[in-house]
Amino acid sequence: MENPVLDVRGLSIALPKGADRTFAVEGLDLQVFPGKITCVVGESGSGKSLTARAAMGLLPPKVAPTSGQIMFEGRDLLTLKPDEMRQMRGQKISMIFQEPMTALNPLMTVGKQIDEILTVHTSLGGKARREKILALFDEVKLPNPKRIAAAYPHELSGGQRQRAMIAMALILDPKILVADEPTTALDVTTQAQILKLIAELQEKHKTGVLFITHDFGVVAEIADQIAVMQYGKLVEVGTADQILNAPKAEYTKALIGAVPSLTPRAARSGFGRRMLTVDGLNKYYKSGGGLFGKPTAFHAAKDVSFTLDRGETLGVVGESGSGKTTVARCLVRLLQPEEGKIDLDGIDLAGMTKRELKPYRNRVQMVFQDPYASLNPRRKVADILVEGPINLGKPAKEAHARARELLSLVGLDPKVAERYPHEFSGGQRQRIGLARALALEPEVLVADEPVSALDVSVQAQVLKLMDEIREKFGLSVVFITHDLRVAAQVCDKIIVMQRGVVVEAGKTADVFAAPSHDYTRELFASIPGREWSSAPEVTA
Amino acid sequence: MPNARLRYVARRIVQAIPILLAIVVLNFCLLKLAPGDAVDVLAGEAGSATPEYMAELRAKFGLDQPLPVQLVRYVGQIATGDFGYSFRHEMPVWDLIVDRLGPTAILMVTTIVLAVGVGVLLGLLAAVNLNTWKDSVISILALVSYATPLFWVGLMLIVVFSINLGWFPTSGMENVAAFYEGWDRVWDIAHHLVLPAITLSLFYLALYTRLMRASMLEQAGMDYVTTARAKGVKEGRITFKHILRNALLPVLTMAGVQVSAMIGGSVIVETVFGWPGLGQLAFESLFARDLNLLLGIFFLSAVLVLVVNLLVDILYTFLDPRIEL
Repeated sequence: MENPVLDVRGLSIALPKGADRTFAVEGLDLQVFPGKITCVVGESGSGKSLTARAAMGLLPPKVAPTSGQIMFEGRDLLTLKPDEMRQMRGQKISMIFQEPMTALNPLMTVGKQIDEILTVHTSLGGKARREKILALFDEVKLPNPKRIAAAYPHELSGGQRQRAMIAMALILDPKILVADEPTTALDVTTQAQILKLIAELQEKHKTGVLFITHDFGVVAEIADQIAVMQYGKLVEVGTADQILNAPKAEYTKALIGAVPSLTPRAARSGFGRRMLTVDGLNKYYKSGGGLFGKPTAFHAAKDVSFTLDRGETLGVVGESGSGKTTVARCLVRLLQPEEGKIDLDGIDLAGMTKRELKPYRNRVQMVFQDPYASLNPRRKVADILVEGPINLGKPAKEAHARARELLSLVGLDPKVAERYPHEFSGGQRQRIGLARALALEPEVLVADEPVSALDVSVQAQVLKLMDEIREKFGLSVVFITHDLRVAAQVCDKIIVMQRGVVVEAGKTADVFAAPSHDYTRELFASIPGREWSSAPEVTA
Repeated sequence: MPNARLRYVARRIVQAIPILLAIVVLNFCLLKLAPGDAVDVLAGEAGSATPEYMAELRAKFGLDQPLPVQLVRYVGQIATGDFGYSFRHEMPVWDLIVDRLGPTAILMVTTIVLAVGVGVLLGLLAAVNLNTWKDSVISILALVSYATPLFWVGLMLIVVFSINLGWFPTSGMENVAAFYEGWDRVWDIAHHLVLPAITLSLFYLALYTRLMRASMLEQAGMDYVTTARAKGVKEGRITFKHILRNALLPVLTMAGVQVSAMIGGSVIVETVFGWPGLGQLAFESLFARDLNLLLGIFFLSAVLVLVVNLLVDILYTFLDPRIEL
């Protein structure tokens, strides 16, 4: 094998005093080879991002490496003077980030931001720099390079922004590209394109890539070599084939086992009576147009129709902007649809006023995506759980007793009722969110991306819990997700949405076996690691 | 784009008309709530006015009409650009205001430039030298200036710099007896301007210093700053090319809102320093119950606030490409 272009030896990174552990990274050995992609996989808190930052010399203040070396071109990056390290960055080692919107300066054109890297590291003239930028835009397949160069970040789509970031990172042909979750914030079809682009470019330029991710699907898609990390320590390292198909460490096996399979689960039948009939639902967002202006309308949901039986789970699948969250919010009537019916067990909720709606509010409840933002940080868990029921007239004592029951039902110690939300982990918070919805004794549960902010192992637990609860209470569930793997495991039937329109609907197994609409096919083709997943099951 | 901007300005001007009308009506009603009118004051000063004479004066000024009639008449006047007549000064209100507008404009513009300019500079300096003695000195000075009342600062500056040291004149806008011409006059006015401008700007300067410091620190933690570091850009360039412009936006917003508050502050400062501006005029006319004059000044202030807000909004579109008109 070739010599590694980046060689991390025994790296330890200390966290500031008072952190939950002493070392963010402990005794890490890791190698990146030219023209190869090394994936560092781990859940949140595994130290994978700090490893990437250490290689860039961009550790946050008060976080410092305590021992080890990061060898690059015969020199230890950790011992370089700040200015020497600065000259390395952008020129020899460059980086792309998770969220291209915030990673770009909002007040500077994209062209100018890339130009900056050239003015800092080279003595090229204005014309040569411009030509170089436009040529590279062409290489990262940005349409109309001149327009992109003159555009501000907010004028580009998410995928275009990430392409521009990649162009920025690769413009000086660095030896190493550090990619920190570069596709996590992107839609699945865009993610597939960006992954392909990274793989193509790194092969062409013989760049060594250190690719940080939490997603085994992405890993399966592009990795040559995989390192699995947990709690700052290296669990296992090996070739992609070896780790993905014959993992040795228990932790790796568990992680891979938690990745939902793409084979839909066995179809269920014998649901109860019809709970929910949505017919011709339309929602517009109007904006602008104060006193004299003309308002502009955005058609967020067009003629959406579906039905849901008691005990059944409907998946609403789509990318950002597809209108799936709009539909969810209409169902719980956080939004008022302009047209259409939302028939809940014989009562039409769509046109009701707030007052008329009050007695029915509790029957449709929502679980939100972000377990951090959806719980009031200043209220104790017990208060969060009893607020709804007391509002509906339940005696306080009864509501409190019920809250504690619910907490044990969602797998938490009833004693935690006296604590505040920030004391819980993401998965625990999502359990509280679930308990909050259940406290109102709903018949229909609307879950908007309930597991997409969670680590994969936690995700599996929460999905299992939701399944148990659905079973126990005979709930009907509307499950909004962008993740087809999750949809395959959770939903009895799915609808696929694109730009506000339902393009495909059917039993989960049927849609997965033979998608009929072009867009659905594109979605399926974009699922990262689909070939690996359809390979014979790994024995975990 | 320029076309869109023009259309936006036109729309804002049209929108301003009902706002101004509401302000006129509100001001009128508020002032009429206070007891006493110009005739009371005139009669009181003259000493021996009979009730018949007072009634005659009221009839002459139109103050004997019922309030709604007076209001409608006044609004009609304003609509035709007539600000009425100041019986106190025996001059049209418009002439009086125009006379005083110049000095107030000089004071306001100097104050704003001083407060925003120096405030931004000090905030920048404090943020760049975070947690060093420079930062501490600037932060403490800002805190002290922020907490000191305006009039007291004015009086102390007069005591120290005018009376004890004799560096600056105690009051007025220029040395009238000297009959300066050209640059000599400019210099003379500038000399008179120093103390009132410092007094009026000190509070806002402190505010913008603190705001700018906080804004710089907030922006320094943003992702795009990390990106700039990852590109190998030098720290100095990151501060000036990336952080500074982003950090300026909240300061600008705040300054735009506060221009109106400064007009209020200028009443005190103009009185303390004998600066012949609108604030002083408003103060005098309030005690003389010269409501026509007072209403004229209020109306002009309202127009000023609307214009400044419009200017700030337009300036914003140049500084922040994300804002659309």
